[in-house]
Amino acid sequence: MDNSKFIVSSTPHIRSKDSTSSIMRDVIIALTPAALMGIWAFGLSALLVIAISIASCVFFEAGFQKVTKQKITVCDLSAVVTGLLLAMNLPASSPFWMPIVGGFFAIVVAKQLFGGIGQNFINPALAARAFLLASYPTDMTAFTQPAGLNSFMEIFGVNTPVVDATSYATPLAVVKSSGAFAPQSGDILNALFGNVGGCIGETCAIALILGGLYLLFRKVISWRIPFTYIATVFILTWAFGRVPYYEIFIGGLMLGAFFMATDYSSSPVTPIGQIIMGIGCGILTSIIRVYGGYPEGVSYSILIMNLAVPLIDRYTKPKIFGGGKAK
Amino acid sequence: MKALTFKRGVHPPDSKEYTNKKQIKILMPEEGSDIVVPMSQHIGAPCEPIVSKGDRVLLGQKIAESGAFVSSPIHSSVSGVVKEIKQVLTPGGAMSKAIIITNDGKFEEDPSLGKDTDYESFSREKIIEKVKNAGIVGLGGAGFPTHIKLNPGPEKKIDAIIVNAAECEPYLTTDHRVLLEKTDRVIKGLEIVLKLHPNARGYIAVENNKMDAIELLTQASKKISNISVVTLQKKYPQGSEKQMIYAVTKREVPSGKLPADVGCIVDNVDTILAIERAVVKDRPLMRRIVTLSGGAVKNPGNYQVRLGMSFRELIEMTGGFKEEPAKVIAGGPMMGVAVYSLDVPLIKTSSAILCLTKEEAELPEESNCIRCGKCVGVCPMGLMPIELNGDVLANDFEAFEKNHGLDCIECGSCSYVCPAKRHLAQSIRVTKRAVMAMKKKK
Repeated sequence: MDNSKFIVSSTPHIRSKDSTSSIMRDVIIALTPAALMGIWAFGLSALLVIAISIASCVFFEAGFQKVTKQKITVCDLSAVVTGLLLAMNLPASSPFWMPIVGGFFAIVVAKQLFGGIGQNFINPALAARAFLLASYPTDMTAFTQPAGLNSFMEIFGVNTPVVDATSYATPLAVVKSSGAFAPQSGDILNALFGNVGGCIGETCAIALILGGLYLLFRKVISWRIPFTYIATVFILTWAFGRVPYYEIFIGGLMLGAFFMATDYSSSPVTPIGQIIMGIGCGILTSIIRVYGGYPEGVSYSILIMNLAVPLIDRYTKPKIFGGGKAK
Repeated sequence: MKALTFKRGVHPPDSKEYTNKKQIKILMPEEGSDIVVPMSQHIGAPCEPIVSKGDRVLLGQKIAESGAFVSSPIHSSVSGVVKEIKQVLTPGGAMSKAIIITNDGKFEEDPSLGKDTDYESFSREKIIEKVKNAGIVGLGGAGFPTHIKLNPGPEKKIDAIIVNAAECEPYLTTDHRVLLEKTDRVIKGLEIVLKLHPNARGYIAVENNKMDAIELLTQASKKISNISVVTLQKKYPQGSEKQMIYAVTKREVPSGKLPADVGCIVDNVDTILAIERAVVKDRPLMRRIVTLSGGAVKNPGNYQVRLGMSFRELIEMTGGFKEEPAKVIAGGPMMGVAVYSLDVPLIKTSSAILCLTKEEAELPEESNCIRCGKCVGVCPMGLMPIELNGDVLANDFEAFEKNHGLDCIECGSCSYVCPAKRHLAQSIRVTKRAVMAMKKKK
């Protein structure tokens, strides 16, 4: 027996099965129901946007790493997640170049220029969405009718008139323009199943909640950010005179709370910090929705809170067992 | 009763099913084999040999001691002739002076052993003296001299004696087997320690993956008013001293302080058994119980071995390897030390030998931190390993200290959960050593 063959390494000698790629794979699995609902509702153009977005994100990540002579890490699937999330934040009617420009901004500007995975201080997909919204406001708000769901919704007795318009109003725009909007049961069902105008992946609340529950079950995320975020929006919109049980299912809240605000790199690592993050996002979202110029505030709320993360982490360190040594 | 525990922690796979049903089997070293006795088998000053080359020594004869306060004497575990005294490799990886004894196979006992057994009449001082002379140290792995632990000084008001039978390391099953097979002797050992601290209550703390042992202990201790059996949640690192004290008493040992400062003494099950043997049977520490496990060994099990036998001898006596091991660990998989040679002796602190196959020993590659925060969520000390790792990479010792890096208990929970497979515990441990060495110099 040749002794020198033994591996010698530091403790611990066993590691958990979770890895970066297994976590990213779980996020992809969790996003799939909402993405499929988006494709069903908005048609093949939605599928095309998703495909182009994922492909360009992976391409830009690999390309940037190749050019800068780094190890190519697209196999960790994080670029796929960014691409998928970006597509879910775009309207189905986006021109083909939009996810490409967005993918470049998300991967190269927001992620790689700051050091790659784990180093981006803002959510790359949301940064790209904000960039596109500021640069191409018309294209970014040209929502189409989710015509694919019309016959499905008839099962519930919800009849949707077919509208021949270039821009289909989102529920939040309707709420904003109507002053005091009283949703009917049909409106709530439409919001739950995604028979409303909006970005590809944000419309079907049920699919997003299912995906979120899967992430909670798999312990990829904790309840802290999504629960406090949604609860804060519920309470504040109610206080501001909106209809809270409608408000939480419309717009990008479910997508934002479960999938965007929980982005590891740009959210706090401390448990108390995560609660502050959720509440902060909830406050900003509610204020923007009710008092802001935009009908929706999820993306900007999360981006603003992203900037506060280093500060939050710094002031919410856990209590040391035994009090720590006096300094 | 609700199972008690500490905050945070991890749940590595148990892997105890290989050996937890295997009765403790006694293995005696073969005639003519060499017994290697390192002079450093404990925390504190190493011993000096009190025998020389060519001397004949008897079983149980004291062969090494030290005048230092923190130290513990060493006894021969066989009878035979001192072959030589030389530097040898120890399981911890360091070299140590050692006495090599050629076993004559007769196990001829030192005639002074086993005479002084009227333990009921022993005074407090005599019991502590007995434990000291028997060379007993913490057998859970730390190796701190037990007689010092048992006698923390009159200013410390000890009110809890905790027998640590959590056995939270995966694979290890010796504590479990001792509780099942030597139940009464464990209780007797605890009673002896309680005699030293009459105001204290005795707790035998067991994780709830050993319910059979908990039942047996509860039955056996029913009539003893000052002993309770405590059920703990199965969670790593439940057996860590500070976490154990917290689970049982809800007291936190302040940073830089000892268990006695919060009125507690914690001893491992095998240590308690050694105390019982030293006091009741008047016999020194010459053997210990070891779990041999891992996918590479033919006959995993729990073996009572003589101290000084080599890893190789133990493995060969049990039937050898099923396949070539890729990694051999002295101790458990979370905190044990990987050895590079099988020619190291079993010492007082060797709780297990794990021989892992290539698949079991596979080491994942380190990648970038993704800031998932899992390490923060599991650290039993409430540290932020992510931040400490950053301080280490930046070589910022000052920030490392400020972020309480020195409070790390090196349990490895952070490295265990890290999805990016970062060597968090390793980096913190190395820096801890460096910072402490720097402080010493000042």
